[in-house]
Amino acid sequence: MSDTATTDLQRTPLFDRLKELPAKWVPFAGWEMPVQFSGIVDEHRAVRTNVGLFDLSHMGEIEILGHDVSDAVAHVQRLVTNDVSKLVPGQCMYSVVCRPDGGILDDVIVYRFERGVTLVVNASNAGRMFEWFKVHAPQGIRVVDRSKETALLALQGPRAQDLLSPLTSVDLESLKYYHFGEGLVGDVPCVVSRTGYTGEDGFELYTHESKAVQLFDTVWEAGRQWNLAPIGLGARDTLRLEACYALYGNEIDENTNPFEARLGWVVKLDKGDFIGREALQEIKQNGTSRLLAGLEMEDRGVPRHGFEIAREGRPVGVVTSGTYSPTLEKAVALGYVEKGLHAPGGELDVVIRKAPSRARVVKTPFYRGSVKS
Amino acid sequence: MLYPDELKYTPEHEWVRLDGTTATVGITSFAQDQLGDIVDVDLPEVGATVAQMKECGAIESVKTASDLFSPVDGKVLEVNTKLASRIDGQKNADFHPEWINQDPYGRGWLFKVELQAGAVTSQLLEAAAYRSLVE
Repeated sequence: MSDTATTDLQRTPLFDRLKELPAKWVPFAGWEMPVQFSGIVDEHRAVRTNVGLFDLSHMGEIEILGHDVSDAVAHVQRLVTNDVSKLVPGQCMYSVVCRPDGGILDDVIVYRFERGVTLVVNASNAGRMFEWFKVHAPQGIRVVDRSKETALLALQGPRAQDLLSPLTSVDLESLKYYHFGEGLVGDVPCVVSRTGYTGEDGFELYTHESKAVQLFDTVWEAGRQWNLAPIGLGARDTLRLEACYALYGNEIDENTNPFEARLGWVVKLDKGDFIGREALQEIKQNGTSRLLAGLEMEDRGVPRHGFEIAREGRPVGVVTSGTYSPTLEKAVALGYVEKGLHAPGGELDVVIRKAPSRARVVKTPFYRGSVKS
Repeated sequence: MLYPDELKYTPEHEWVRLDGTTATVGITSFAQDQLGDIVDVDLPEVGATVAQMKECGAIESVKTASDLFSPVDGKVLEVNTKLASRIDGQKNADFHPEWINQDPYGRGWLFKVELQAGAVTSQLLEAAAYRSLVE
C-alpha cells in the first residue's frame, strides 16, 4: 500500500513515536490519527480491565484571560450553558456552547485556573470556538488559541492511578473527579485532570507540545510493567458509546438542543444571561418533540449513524451512533426518537440494509465502569 | 499477507476454492484486515440462487459493514453456520465471527456454491494478480 503522507493533514507531536507501533492510520478532523493498534476490541478491553494510553493532542485549547480572573469567568459564563461561576481553581466542568437559537456549537470542558480559564474543545470545532469566544469578547478580555502548543495524553482504566501515582507530584488519591492539579509527571510540567471519555477512572495530561515526547516516553516506560496499551480512535468511540457520552457531530450539533440530547443537566437557566438562554427557556417550557434514547439490538445487524428507526413500518427516528459493544457483546445505538417512544422497554426497529431489525429501548448508560463520578 | 496460490480471487476481495462443480467462498486476508474485528455475518440461505458479482450477504465489523458478493453463478449448498449470530432466522448460541479474522482461508470459510452449468470462472484473478491489486 502507498506510504505517501497526505500533506494537508496535521500531525500531533507524538506522531513519530506512535508511527513506530503497528497501527492503522486515518484522517480525522484534518489530523492523521491512529484508528487502531492491536485491534478495536482488544484495545477496548484493555481500557475496561487494565489501562490504556490515548494521544488526544489534536483537541483544541482556548485560554481566556482578563484584567481579573473574574472577568475571564464572566466572559465564559455568558457563552456556556453551565454555571462556571461556581468553579474554584483546580476544578473543571462539562458544558455545551449554544447559538442564540439553542443549537449546540460544541461541548467543552471548562478549566478554572488561578489566573484564567481554559476551555478544551473538540478538534473539529477548535477554529470555530476560538472565533466565537474572540468575537464575543468584551474590551479587556484576551482570547488565546493554545491548541497548537498544547499536547494531551489520556491514561484511562482501573489501573490508571496505580500507573501514574509513582510518576507524578500531583496527589491522585485526593484528586476528585472533574478536578485537576498542576505538577510534574516525571520531569515534565503537566496539568493532570481526573477526567475522561471512557467511563473508566483515568486522567488527562496536558503539557507543552515541546515536552510531549518526553511525557510519552515517561508514561510508556512506566507502562511496561502494567501492560499499558496504546489506544486508537476506534476504541475511543466504542468506549464512549458504551458510557453514553455524546460525540459532537453525532448526538449533538447545531441542529440539536441540549434538552433533546438529554444534556439538560448542563443548562442552568437561572445562572444569569448567556447566549441561547431565551431559546432554551422556551424549549424547556414547551418540551421537545424527540429525545435521545439508548437501543440494544435484539435482531441481527449493527446500527450505524443515519440509519432509520421505525415502528410498525413508520419512521420514528434516526440513529446518531451505533456500534458493536465489546463489553455487552451485542450491538447498541443512540438515536433520536419521537417523544413517547423513548421510554426503556419499548420495542423499535432499526432499518439495516433495507430490512427492519428489532431493537429494545434500554436505560442508559449501557455500561457503568470505574469512573469516579 | 497471505494469498494462497491454489485459490482464485475477485476485485471485491473474495477468494474461491474450485473443486469440480463446487466452489467454496470466503474473504481474503486483505479484506479481514481492512474490516477490523468482525462481529457478525449475514450469509445467504442454503438453496438460494446466487449470481456472479451480485451482493448475497454482508459482514459486520465493529466499525463498519461490508457487502458480500458471490464470485460465481450457482446455488448455495452449505454455509458456515459457526460464524453467524443467526442462521435461517434462528439465533445461534455459540458463534465465532472472529474466525474470519484469524483464519480467513480455513475455519473462516463463508459458504459453498454448486456451480450453475456453464458458470464462468475464467475472469477470476490468480493470486499474483490479486496481490498486485491490493499491495
